[in-house]
Amino acid sequence: MNNSKRNTLLTLMLVLAMWLAACGAPTPAPTAAPATEAPTEAATEAATEAPTEAAAPANPNIILATTTSTQDSGLLDALVPMFQEQTGYVVQTIAVGTGEALKMGEEGNADVLLVHAPSSEKTFMEGGHGKDRLLVMHNDFVIVGPAADPAGIKGMATAREAFTAIFNAGAVFVTRGDDSGTHKKELALWKSAELDPAGQTWYTETGQGMGASLTVASEKTAYILTDRATYLANKGNLQLEILVEGEPGLLNVYHVMTVNPEKSDKINYEGALAFANFLVDAATQEVIGQFGVDKFGAPLFVPDAGKDPAELGLDS
Amino acid sequence: MGFDADVFAITSLSLQVSLIATAISLILGLPFGTWLALGNFRGRSFLLSVVNTGMALPPVVVGLVVAMTLWRSGPLGDLRLIYTPWAIVIAQTVISAPVVMGLTAAALEALDPRLKQQLLGLGASRLQMIWHLWREARLPLLAALMAGFGSVISEVGASMMVGGNIKGQTRVLTTAIVLETSKGEFERALALSALLLVITYLINLALTWIQQKGAKR
Repeated sequence: MNNSKRNTLLTLMLVLAMWLAACGAPTPAPTAAPATEAPTEAATEAATEAPTEAAAPANPNIILATTTSTQDSGLLDALVPMFQEQTGYVVQTIAVGTGEALKMGEEGNADVLLVHAPSSEKTFMEGGHGKDRLLVMHNDFVIVGPAADPAGIKGMATAREAFTAIFNAGAVFVTRGDDSGTHKKELALWKSAELDPAGQTWYTETGQGMGASLTVASEKTAYILTDRATYLANKGNLQLEILVEGEPGLLNVYHVMTVNPEKSDKINYEGALAFANFLVDAATQEVIGQFGVDKFGAPLFVPDAGKDPAELGLDS
Repeated sequence: MGFDADVFAITSLSLQVSLIATAISLILGLPFGTWLALGNFRGRSFLLSVVNTGMALPPVVVGLVVAMTLWRSGPLGDLRLIYTPWAIVIAQTVISAPVVMGLTAAALEALDPRLKQQLLGLGASRLQMIWHLWREARLPLLAALMAGFGSVISEVGASMMVGGNIKGQTRVLTTAIVLETSKGEFERALALSALLLVITYLINLALTWIQQKGAKR
């Protein structure tokens, strides 16, 4: 190696080092570390009253475990910055299937959950994993499929009839198969039709999120159960039409749950409660009710805070 | 798609995280790989086979193990590193360090064994000998560095699991591509993919230039 060569290498490394220094090593999400004790009062205040001003919370980090549908529809991108601005909390949003989100709550790896699988949520609460559970909003599921509609389900009044027709026709049906809220809903619908599609050749399991599964269904000219929000957001890329909709049994109801702080002292209960209260706050509910109107011409979610769950066909 | 502030932040984070992980891998991999290549001890071939297997570690497996370690319920939960850029650096280092190690060992083993004897015979100290061997093997060593960087800048499974793809905090190019794809924003996903490829190309271009400049002296 001659000198000029070595100099080039040195220069390059130097430039790299300087650039890295200038960027300042990756900024870790602000951790609670520095001021854990100081302003505890501020935090409790911010949590109990409806938080109005940005009093710096003692522990600003909250982990929100939620479903892919809230992220893929873009709703959280609208709500989370609002919340952060109002309260000073920093939300780490982890979008996973409902099954994984509930598991994260059970193990104390998340502070607050926004999910849509009411029966699993009830089990979660009964198991002492959650502290508060509030009704937030709903959207609905629709059954979509190719325009040709080989099983002839278009316009059927109930999902039960439609699933029976698909089963009898042996038409290709795509399932998420990922233990998500949508997957659980689909399994419940098969059960209500007293059918078991598992193992049928036409029953295609993707193991992916809603958006990706819709693409698969479109490519395979298959039927699929989807939430309306994700369908509308992806509609431009899909050759799928809404065939069955509007049945009370197809409602997709979201609750927010705070994780029981007794599980671990690392759980940020104040932050979790502040986020839950924010979601059911009148102003936020208004934003939820308007979300999607400008882009799709119709709202994607219906705000439900304070409503009686029975109105939505839930028993609790 | 405009080159907006979000895209800049995502790209910058991708580069910082992957370059830091590659640098740590180099610091760990170069000495350890050298020791594996030159050492003469029992269990050497076993260690080599372990490192070579490590070169094929699936990122998603690394992601799972690192995530379970860093979760609040995991053994290192108190460090509060999960869902931070440092968690991604850790996972990517686990992925690229064996690559750098394994290829370093291979590069040095490919040298003529008589060179080592000659250098020592000429009175070189052990450190001087290693320095000369590194210089002699600089072409494959730079290739090792490129392979290490390539394995992490393009990796998505581990970054998704330990970083969480959080907007403005841990979203990197690959996880952003997955998100845009699942949202059905294929144009945006493609634009980000092109950006990732261009950046990877530029970095490799720089390294190749150094490598080839060294070759033609």
